[in-house]
Amino acid sequence: MESNGIIDIEFWRLCAAYVFVVILLIIVKWRGITREKQIMLATVRMTVQLILAGYVLTYIFENPHPLLSLGFLCAMALFSIHNIFKQVSHTLNKKIKRIVILSMLSGPMAALFYFNVVVIHFTPWYEPRYFIPIAGMIVGNAMTGVTLALKNLHEGISGNREKVEAMLMLGATPARAVKKYVDAAFDSAVLPTLNNMLGMGIIFLPGMMTGQIISGISPLIAIEYQIAILIGILGSVSLTVVLFIMLSFRAFFTKNAQLSI
Amino acid sequence: MIFRLENIKYKGILNIDDLEIPACMVTCLTGESGSGKTSLLRLLNRMDDPDSGSIYYQDQLLDEFNPIELRRKVTMLSQAPFTLPGTIEENLQIGLELTEREKKDKEELVKALETVQLQKSLDEGAEYLSGGEKQRLALARLLLLNPDVYLLDEPTSALDEEAELTVMGRFLEGVKREKGTVIMITHSKQLADMCAEHRIVLKKAKESDY
Repeated sequence: MESNGIIDIEFWRLCAAYVFVVILLIIVKWRGITREKQIMLATVRMTVQLILAGYVLTYIFENPHPLLSLGFLCAMALFSIHNIFKQVSHTLNKKIKRIVILSMLSGPMAALFYFNVVVIHFTPWYEPRYFIPIAGMIVGNAMTGVTLALKNLHEGISGNREKVEAMLMLGATPARAVKKYVDAAFDSAVLPTLNNMLGMGIIFLPGMMTGQIISGISPLIAIEYQIAILIGILGSVSLTVVLFIMLSFRAFFTKNAQLSI
Repeated sequence: MIFRLENIKYKGILNIDDLEIPACMVTCLTGESGSGKTSLLRLLNRMDDPDSGSIYYQDQLLDEFNPIELRRKVTMLSQAPFTLPGTIEENLQIGLELTEREKKDKEELVKALETVQLQKSLDEGAEYLSGGEKQRLALARLLLLNPDVYLLDEPTSALDEEAELTVMGRFLEGVKREKGTVIMITHSKQLADMCAEHRIVLKKAKESDY
C-alpha cells in the first residue's frame, strides 16, 4: 500500500519482522546463552514505547504548542538522566549525581537552542516536527557521552588510586593529579561521535538521512540535514562532556584535596 | 620541634596522647604491622585528617595550612612510588612540574641520580627499571623538590641490605646539607640503627582506648 509515495507497511508484514527476534531466540537457546529474558523485554519495551511515542507525537504534531514541545524535551532529559544513573554500576555520590543533572540540563539545551535558532532556523521555534526529533538526537548522544565519561573517569581514578595519591603527596593539585584520566574520559566520550563522522556516508547511512530518503526527500537535502545534525551532536556531546568533566573530577576529592573514593 | 601531636585519634588505628618530632633530624618510625605508621605519616602530610585531636607544624595548627602548599613543604613518598611512561629525565622533571616549579638542568638531575646511586642515563626508559631502581628514582625525584620535611614510607624496601644502607646514607647526607627533617618508616633494624637520631615506636591501639 502506498500513501504520499511512501510504502505503508501492512500490519502482517510488520509482524513478519519479528521473525528476526524469533531467530535470535532460537540461536541463544541453542547456544545455551541465558539472554532470552532480555531479548523479550527489549523487544516488548521497544514496541510499546514506539507505539506510545507514535500516538503522543501525532497528538503533539496536530496541536503544536510551546509547552508541549518543552514538556517532551524535559521528559527526554529526565529519562536520559535516569538512564545514566542506571547504566553506571558503581554507587554514585550525591555530588556526582547533581553534576550529571546540571550537565544534562545545560549542555544539550544550549546546543539545541543554538542549533534550532541559528542553523536550521525554523519558525515557530517550538515546531514539534523539527524540535522533537532534533532534541532526541542531541539529548540522546549527550547521554551516551556523559555515561562513557562518567564510567571512564571513575575507572581511571579508582583504578589508579595509588598513583593519584602519590602525586598528591608530592603537592600536586587534584586537577593536575587526575589530568590524564580526565583527558582519557573526554576522549572516550567524544570518540564514538568522531568515528561515526569518519564512516558517515561510506560505511553507513545514518537513521535520520535514511528516514528522509525513504520518505521521498532528495538525498541532497537529506545530507544537508545530516551534516548539520552531526555537527550539532558533536557540539552538544563536547559541551556537555566538558562541563561534566570540569565539574565532576572535583567530586572525587574532599575540600582538603584528599581522594574520597 | 617541627611537629607536635595532641590527643590524636584516627579510625581505631591511632591513639596518641602526646608526641613531638624534632626538626632537622632523622626520626625513624617503627612498630608492628597495623600499628598505624603509614596512617601517621598520612596525617602529617594531610592526606587524611584525624577524627579528633590537634597536629601542629612549626607551632601552627595543620588545619590552618592550605593542604597543597603544606604538601610542598612536608612531602611524602608513598610505599609504591609511581613511574610514568617516558625517560628517566621526564620522570625526574615530573615532580617539579606537578608542584609548579621551574625545571632543573641536566647536571642537577645527574647529581640526584648519583646521590641515590642509580647508574642510568637520563634518556633511558623508566618503565624497564627494577623495583629497587624505581624506588631510587623516586628518592632522586624527591631530592630535587627539596622540601622542608621528608616523610618516607619504607623508601628502600625493594633494595638489598647493603644497597639500602649506602643509598640511604648518601640520601640522608644530602638532606642534612639542606637542613631538612626526615621522618621515615623502616622495617630494617640496621637502617634504623645507622641513621636514627630519634625513634618513635608505635604500638597497636587497643579497642578499649576508643
